[in-house]
Parts: sequence; C-alpha cells; structure tokens
Amino acid sequence: MPLFDKKDKSRYATFTRRSVGMGAGMTAVFAVLAGRLYQLQIRDGDQYMVEAEDNRVSERLIAPPRGRVMDRFGVELANSRRNYRVLLVSEQATEGVAQALDTIGKVIVLSDQQKKKVQHDIAMNKKFVPVPVAENLTWEEFSRVNLHLPYLPGVQCDVGETRDYPFGKELVHILGYVASVSPQEIDKDADPLMSLPGMRIGKRGIEKQFDKQIRGSAGASRVEVNAYGRIIRELGKDPGEPGEDIYLTIDREVQALADQRLGDESAAMVVMDVNNGDVIALSSTPGFDPNWFNVGLTNNQWHDLTTSDHKPLLNKVTSGIYPPGSTFKPAVALAAIEAGIATPDYRVTCNGRITVGNHTFNCWAWTTYHHGHGSLDVEGAIKNSCDVFFYETARRVGIDRIHDAARKLGMGAPTGIELPGEHSGLMPSSAWKQKTYKQAWQQGDTLSVAIGQGYVTATPLQLVQQTARLASGKAVSPRIVHSVGGKLMPRPDAPKLDISDEALARVRSGMNRVMNEGGGTAFNWRITEPGFEMAGKTGTAQVRAYSQEEHARGITKNSALDWKLRDHALFVGYAPVNDPKYAVVSIIEHGAVQAHPHVAFARDVMLLCQQRDPSRMPAAWPVTNSASAAPPRVQGAVQPLPPQPVKAGG
Amino acid sequence: MALRPYAAAKRTLSFADKLLEVNWGLVLLICMIGLAGIAMLYSVANAHFQPWALRQIGHFTLGLIVMLAASVIDIRVWMSLAYPAYGFALLLLVAVDVVGHVGLGAQRWISLGPLDLQPSELMKIGLVLALSRFLHGKSIEEVSKPVPLAIGLAMIGIPAIFVVLQPNLGTTLIILADGCSLLFLAGLSWWWIAPTLGAVAAAVPLAWRFVLHDYQKARVETFIHPEADALGKGWNITQAKIAIGSGGVAGKGFTQGTQSRLNFLPEKQTDFIWTSFCEEFGFVGALALLVLFAVVIFYGVQTAMSARSQFGRLLAMGIILNFFFYIMINGLMVMGLIPVVGIPMPLLSYGGSAMLTVMFGFGLLMSVHIHRQVEIPRHSGGII
Repeated sequence: MPLFDKKDKSRYATFTRRSVGMGAGMTAVFAVLAGRLYQLQIRDGDQYMVEAEDNRVSERLIAPPRGRVMDRFGVELANSRRNYRVLLVSEQATEGVAQALDTIGKVIVLSDQQKKKVQHDIAMNKKFVPVPVAENLTWEEFSRVNLHLPYLPGVQCDVGETRDYPFGKELVHILGYVASVSPQEIDKDADPLMSLPGMRIGKRGIEKQFDKQIRGSAGASRVEVNAYGRIIRELGKDPGEPGEDIYLTIDREVQALADQRLGDESAAMVVMDVNNGDVIALSSTPGFDPNWFNVGLTNNQWHDLTTSDHKPLLNKVTSGIYPPGSTFKPAVALAAIEAGIATPDYRVTCNGRITVGNHTFNCWAWTTYHHGHGSLDVEGAIKNSCDVFFYETARRVGIDRIHDAARKLGMGAPTGIELPGEHSGLMPSSAWKQKTYKQAWQQGDTLSVAIGQGYVTATPLQLVQQTARLASGKAVSPRIVHSVGGKLMPRPDAPKLDISDEALARVRSGMNRVMNEGGGTAFNWRITEPGFEMAGKTGTAQVRAYSQEEHARGITKNSALDWKLRDHALFVGYAPVNDPKYAVVSIIEHGAVQAHPHVAFARDVMLLCQQRDPSRMPAAWPVTNSASAAPPRVQGAVQPLPPQPVKAGG
Repeated sequence: MALRPYAAAKRTLSFADKLLEVNWGLVLLICMIGLAGIAMLYSVANAHFQPWALRQIGHFTLGLIVMLAASVIDIRVWMSLAYPAYGFALLLLVAVDVVGHVGLGAQRWISLGPLDLQPSELMKIGLVLALSRFLHGKSIEEVSKPVPLAIGLAMIGIPAIFVVLQPNLGTTLIILADGCSLLFLAGLSWWWIAPTLGAVAAAVPLAWRFVLHDYQKARVETFIHPEADALGKGWNITQAKIAIGSGGVAGKGFTQGTQSRLNFLPEKQTDFIWTSFCEEFGFVGALALLVLFAVVIFYGVQTAMSARSQFGRLLAMGIILNFFFYIMINGLMVMGLIPVVGIPMPLLSYGGSAMLTVMFGFGLLMSVHIHRQVEIPRHSGGII
C-alpha cells in the first residue's frame, strides 16, 4: 500500500478550491463590517454625535435668589435667610440608613415622622442623591451636627436659602406668603422652575401678584453625567436672573403701630397718602405667620386658620365687604350740595324720627337718648351724624344722584390696588335694582342707603379712597408698590374730581367739626397736637335687622349681644385738617359700643404717620416722590428708595 | 507496514531553523492588535491600568510564550495529541456543570487559581485539532460516507450540546461553524450540504419555539425592534451604535470616549471593547484595525494552502476560521447587524482564557507554517 495515493492529491484540489471560496466569503463579511462603519460613523456620524452629547450632558436647573420686598425706607419685609440643613447620602451611610438616623437623632431632635419621610425619600431617589434629613436648624444645632460630622458617615451639612418674613404676621396681608407648587400650578405655568423640587411660589399678596418678577428666571448648570445620572463634573453655569426687588409704599413703623393697635380684634385699618395714593399702612387682623407656610403648616395650624370666626386668612382691607354705615354720609351730603338741594341755607329739623310712607325711621339719637337733634344744616348733620337729616335729604336727592356722587368718590368699583383678590363692593342705583331684581327702586331703599346701610357695601380700601378723594379733591387711587426691580411703577397724576370746591369745602368743614368741635361724635378722640389735627367721620354698621318689637322696647345694647351679632365700628378720617396729607379708615368688626373709643386706634396711627411725614421731618426721612429729599439719618437698616426718574415739567 | 510510515516525509528541522521559519510578520501583527486591546482597556478604565489593562498585559505575555512554544513543536506531535486534547476539553466541559460557578446567568468557568478557565474556549481548539486529524485519515469519498460523517458530526455535536446547555449560544454557534467548515473543506459532498441547509432553514422557527432561552429570545426581539425599548433591553445596541457613530471620521481621541468612560456602554471591557475603539479612533482607526485583522486572516489562509499535509491544511484553516467567526459575530453584533450574543473580540477583549486559546491557536497555525513541508501519510496517527 503506497504512502500517498492519487486520492490524497485530489482532495487537496477540493480543499484549495473551497478555501478560496471561503476566503471570498470572509472578504465579503469584512466589506459588510467596513460598510457598516462607514454608515454609522460617516453618513450618520453627526446625528450620533448629538445623541452622545445628549447622553453625556445634563442640564440642572438652578433656582435664582428670590427678590426682596422692602418698605419705603428700605427696611426688608421679605428676604431670604440661610437655611441650615442636614442631608444624608444613603450609599455613604456605611452602617445603614436607620442606624445613621438614630445617630443623628442623638445630636439633634428627629421625630419618627421625619425619620419615616427620610426613609421614603431615600427609597424614591438614587442612592447617591442627598436627601434632606432636617431643615431650618438653629445655628447651635447646625454647629453640633458639624462637630459630630466625623462620626456620621454619609451625612452632609449644607446651607441653603429659604424665604423669611422678619416681621411675621404683621405684614402677611400685604406680602402674602410662599409655599410649594401644586400640580395644577405646574400645568398653568410653563416656567421650568415650577417643577424644581423644593420650589416655592407666591400664594397671596405681593408674593403672588408679582411672583414672576420676584421669582427671576432659572439658571442652569451644564453637568457631565454618567449612565446612572451621577454628576461627574460641571461643564458650565448660567446663574440665571435673580428675582427683582420690590419697594412698597408702606412705612413699616406705621404699619407696626396699626397692627399693634388693632390687636386681636377682627379688624382692618388703612392709611393712605391723599395726594398720590401711596398706602402707608394696610393692616388686617388677626393675621398669621407667613413663615409657617414656607416651612410647612401642621394640620392643627391649618384647621385653626380656616375655622376661626375672625377669619385670619382674609385680607379684610381688600376683600372684606361691609356696610359703610355713617361713613357714607359725607358722600350723601356731597350729592345733596351738588344737586342744589343742600344750599347753605338748607336745614332739616330732627325730632328723633321721620315717617316715610307707612314706615317710621328712627334717628340714632332717638334710639339712644329719646330726643332729636333739632334744626341742622349739612355741616351740623355730619357733625352729629344725624340720621333724620340724611333720610330727609336723601329722599329729596334721590338714589341716582347719590349713586353718581359716590361713584366719583370711587364707590362700587375696585380701586385697582396691586394686590390679588380685591372686591368691588356695591353702589346701588335704580337701574341696578331693576336689572338685578326686576323691581322698582323704593324710597325706603334710598333711606337705608342714606345712612350707609341697605344695598350699599364697600371694602375698607374703598372707604379710605373715598375719604382721600374728599380730602384732596383729586381722583386718587390707592397703590402699594413703589418700584419693581428699580423701575418706578406708573403713577399717573390724579385728575381733579368733578365736584365743586364749595361742596367739598362744606363736607370737609362738617368732618372737621366731628372731631374738633365740642359735641362732635369723635371729639373725645381728636388729635390735640397743633398742626396734626384730624377731621373724620364715625360710623356704626348694623349687621342684623332690628325687629319692630325690638324698636318698641328699645334696641338691645351691643354689649348684651353675642359677638357675632354686634354692630361694626367704623371710622374714616384725614389729616391735617387744613392741608390734608393722609386719609385713614378703621373697621372693628362687631366692635361697636357706646360712643366711639376705637377712633383712638386711627388717631394714634395718624399722629405717628404725620410725625414721620417727610415734609415735617425733612432731615430725617426721604420723600417718596421728591428728588431733593435728604438721605435718611435714622437708626436701623434704613436705605433710600431706588433712584427715581425726574418727571418732565414736574 | 514494511516501511516506517514517516520516513519519506521527514525533513529534520533544527531549533534554529524553526525560529527562522517563524512568521515574525504575523507575530508583529498580533502584537499590534494585542497592544491596541491593552490600550483600550486602559482607556475604558478612565485611564487606569487597574483593573484590566495590567492583567491583560500578563495574559498577552503568557499568550505570546504559549504561541511561540506551540509553533516550534512538530506538527506530528500535535497530530498525536489531537484526540487526547479533545477528550481533555470535553472532560472539563462536563466538569463545568459540576464545579463551575454561576456568572452572568450562565455556568462557564472553572476557577484555576488566578485564572478563570472557560472549557468552551479550549473545546474550540480541541475540536479543530481532533476533527482535522479525523478528516486527515479520510479520503474524499470516505468523508461523504454515512459512518465517517456520523462520527465527524458526533465529534462536533457532543461538545456543542454541552456548551449550549451552559447555556452559551455564541460559543455553540462558533463550534458548529468551525466543525461544519472543516467538513466542508474536507470535501463533503454537496448532496449532503444542500439538503442540510434546507433543513436548518426549516428548523429555525422550531428552535425559536422550543430551544432558545427567554433571554436569548429577548435579544433577538430587541434586535428587531431596538427603538421599542431604548432604555431597557434595547439599551446595549442603541448605546453601542451611538458610541461607534459618535466617533465620526477621526474619533474623539484616546481616553476621550464619553460613551465608555461614563458607563453608557455595557460590558465595555469585554464584548463592547471594539465599540470603544471605534468611538475613540473613529472610522480611520476602526478601518485600520479591520485591515490588520484581514491581513492576519490572509496569512492564515495562505499558510493553510501552502501546507503539504491535509492535517496541517485543515488545522490552519480551522483555526483561522475560528478567529474570523469571533470577529464577524462580535463586529456585526456591536454594530447592530445581528442580535447581541456574548462573543468577545479576539485579542482585544479582556479575558485570560480567551486570550490564551486564541494565542495557542496562532501557535498551532505557526506550527503548520513552520512544518508546511512535512508530508503525513493518510493513515498516519501522528508521531508519538
């Protein structure tokens, strides 16, 4: 048998042939690989480069610092304070999260609820994300944690920012508050900041009205992240636009006094400049501490706020609707003088009661003292707040002329102040009643309106506006924001009222006599300091209907009634008498007692307000609308208002 | 048997002759590719030698020694060792079921001190050796006869079954491809080949239904619709394509591949190492590497055709085809042309046993080259 036969050679040929074939196949596969490389890297390379960048680069939003809110002297009413926080990174907590929390709990106080929340947050986040354990710590607590940091693996100390209201509840109805964003709010606002964890937005007051400006615009940090979202390094940073600062027309000192005087009453007080409309103080009590909402309200706190019959959540100045009572009489007097009815010789004799149709109406003097006021002219009627005079006069003037005069004073329409949720009150007319109730206007309706009862209602803000217009003769409207981000709010010059000077002078004279002439209803609470004298008008607003039977046996004294049924005590005023600068309104809900002791609240506030008037203390306080004001030289952190443009021809 | 079987074929080579005959150009090519792999392992570890590059240097150095040692051993010695090697590999493959430990959901390793041994890697070499020896002894007619063909198929099928049970689909495919290619090269009749291809085509739906594991099916489904689940199972393919594509023409630069550095690439040190290479060196670099691979394969085919023994021819071709199948499957997989199967890129991917078997294979290839003039009679069983 030969070692090598023909068959061996023939299979070599087959092998070679088939090997060459396989070589061709391999070449084809390599061509496919190269072609695919070309396709991915050259043809679609740019697109994949974008995708790789998208993978690598992540944008993290940065919340801009929220703008501050200052009063007219630069006192910070809302600002940001340092928020000392303790955070926990679960992957670095070598002894487990529960153990770490226990250890922290030995350094600072941690409730079980807090611990549960931390466990929950850790479960919701990736293990390298720092989760807040405790916030708003005191410096002492924070230092303690820092001291123990070497024994607290995974714990980080961090200083963040949180909204702060240094004066607590005092300004809450002006400033409002900030709180977490609700899902509905995220839907309504496309700002990416809205979905930032921990974001707070304005919910009431200035914080809400000017939220966009105070909020600023989001900054962004471009970071390189790995596949698990861990940040490797920062590539670039855009700090965003910080929120704009807002200067209010408020004087914090006056505001503080107003708030303190009203105390725990369910009450409201506003002071405004009669010439330019600047609101100097706007107080609605009781209030609540806006800082609660930022930190997070407890259920008990929320329950108390919503169920209290003193309505602490309501801004009574802009949203409380009251019958104006006798504070409406100056408007009726104006209408009568303008109508040519209450001429200087015009007098009405008050016998204590008046019969219109088959109804008898009592003067308050009759209810209280069982006698009338006798013969009165307009000024005397204002001084004595004589109901019979105004019943009779209003009957002659008619509702529509009263309506027209009151509208000129701003009744029945919102004042347009820069606060959310303002109500417009109601100034009725015959056409209004026809339209609303499909009924004709009755003379009895007019008589109710004559003394500020019946259909007519107003907010305290409208009443102070009415008083300011009476005092200045100009159609001023209240405004509370001086400037936003250094830009002055538009401030059109108030036009002169379409009411004769003579009419205004006679009504002012009546209001002067209310306070500064013996026998006036507010004489006991007048300002005695020379040059600061105030004119005003008291009012008592009925909140319940007196029955015929009650009239017969005598009206029950307020002090004998449940608080909810007592009358409201009102007062409007302006000062100084001869050159009015400020107007005031105060309303004490269910606060009416014999005489008008509550006028003292407004008196004290008006006195302080005038003492702090820049024209009287030119060396001490800058003027809000005069470029020549001297810089302030007063204690505390007082800063001048931002620069103001010089008015052309002003 | 009057004559000594190898006398006529014997040409004695001295050790010095053999060293001169070593294909040093091929050694240089292999070193270039190996170094590229080590550099990439350094890069994907964020420019650190730990944990992979340093150890891979060790693997590669050991591999070079194994390769050169294997190359100077007479091809007839290897022929004699073919069946024992096959038996040893099969034994280990069975043992892996017993002592192998679980990794990535599949039992594949035997721990041998510092080295995790994959018997399935050894099996590829063992199969190529044993099948080459078996087919060496069969004439072209005998190859297509039922009994020898059945024996050949059993030699392929038995290890394939053990590997698929591990389960390791990628390696099973390569074992089947290696074995069938050798049968084909040995001259198997088309009368067998054509009906088999038809039957395989018919069997695919059945295999889908009854044989494939869920994770293997998921890979196929993901491959067909990668965008349907871009963050889940489609993640691997999507991210690999982004990595390769974003390399562009010139690449992002050494150690600058963001996809691998930031862990967007899965298993970046093993199956997806070539992806990182494409990302960092771009189309130019990737094409250059493909050319290096192609030249190595060309050398291999040339060696096979120049050998004077059927054993040498089949051995060389089997080894180079095994090398090629690795490149093809891994390359097509990471570029999103076939489903993800766990096959590393030879010489580039991190791994001791893969590196050693590939280098050992090149040693055998070089042994064929050095001993290409040796003629071995059909009925010879080797030298020992």
